[in-house]
Amino acid sequence: MANLSYTNVGITSMAGAIPKNKIVNREYTSYFPKDVVMDIVDKTGVEERRFATKDQTASDLCQAAAEQLFLDNSIEKSEIDILLFITQTPDYRMPATSITLQHRLGLPKTTAAFDINLGCSGFVYGLSVAYAYATMPTVRKVLVLDGETRSKVYHPKDRKTGFIFGDAGVAAIIEKQEVGNSYFSLNSDGSKSDLIKIDAGGYRNPSSSETTQEKVVDANGNIRTDEHGYMNGPDVFNFVLREIPKNIKEILKFAGKNLEDFDYVVFHQANKFMNDYLAKKLKLESTKVPSTIAKYGNTSSVSIPITIVDQLRYKLEGEKQLFLCGFGVGMSWATAVIPTKNIKISKLVEL
Amino acid sequence: MKEKFLEVIKEALDVESVEIELTDKLADFDAWDSMARLSLIALLDEHFEVEVTDAEFDKTETVQALFELVKTRMA
Repeated sequence: MANLSYTNVGITSMAGAIPKNKIVNREYTSYFPKDVVMDIVDKTGVEERRFATKDQTASDLCQAAAEQLFLDNSIEKSEIDILLFITQTPDYRMPATSITLQHRLGLPKTTAAFDINLGCSGFVYGLSVAYAYATMPTVRKVLVLDGETRSKVYHPKDRKTGFIFGDAGVAAIIEKQEVGNSYFSLNSDGSKSDLIKIDAGGYRNPSSSETTQEKVVDANGNIRTDEHGYMNGPDVFNFVLREIPKNIKEILKFAGKNLEDFDYVVFHQANKFMNDYLAKKLKLESTKVPSTIAKYGNTSSVSIPITIVDQLRYKLEGEKQLFLCGFGVGMSWATAVIPTKNIKISKLVEL
Repeated sequence: MKEKFLEVIKEALDVESVEIELTDKLADFDAWDSMARLSLIALLDEHFEVEVTDAEFDKTETVQALFELVKTRMA
């Protein structure tokens, strides 16, 4: 059981960026009849999403967020010793996108930079890595960048995924701060790796003319290629109901806390139906559970931090207790107890 | 339990005004898609604390068959 805890490390500033290009789901009817689209939107609660342009990548969104964060907080770039980039939509297969970001952001060559390849659990995992580095005496600031262009992963003719996902990027500074103890629980179950997956385009099934061919993939007539993502929604939901409440119980025991102790509980934004049921099952007050699923859809690993940046911008003054919970592709899931003190959150950048 | 189960099925299939019989075939309902499965998973969890996988839904032809599966799992 990967239970981790750190003392006196915190998130001191955050910024986020989204593409200007807004997709209104109820008008996104090129491939499916209007009534089908309305049903999907009613249930998933995803009214709008942001789609990166053809030339915009996850790292572009993170770069914009980071530049805003540097500007608003007068960050001394030479103090950034570590740069982590969390993504499953990198710019290239190599080099790691984080290294190109070191240069693009004007960070020193003494900055360590690497990517973390995780989806919906990624921000919590990435944060745990950042906290581990930040506890070290020689490390001053860790820059966590988390970006996704999930709009490029799923096929618009696959109704199981075509109306849910969107794009966003965030930046956060992690450093020593008198906030007390934070706790993380990190988990994996590779036996369920085919619940959310892109079959081809890696080195197991390399890209070919066949893998880029559109095909009908199920009895409902959904269409995609082998290089597009697919998702078994019902079994993802089964997994969430089985594992997440159990994991939350475990980390609360580890941290010696109750869910009522938290100011905000921020879940991965999967879809409204799933999140609402999970909150109901956990008997959470809705005022403590911020949501951006209607505005930005499911942005994978970015959904937790973009929800913090968008919904909690003026609500994290003073000392607060946050509970974070991410779950998805892998399957991989992670929960965290994060004490905060005056996190400075920049205004969301649109580009 | 049978009445509660039929209520759950009606809610998941979004057909509250129609009577559902155990002999009805799930595939005959327009609403029987992956979203309906999400609803059913939540309702089965809430009312019977039972999990049914997507593959099991695929193999389940009638309301009766699903009822039997849920009963077995509760035992």
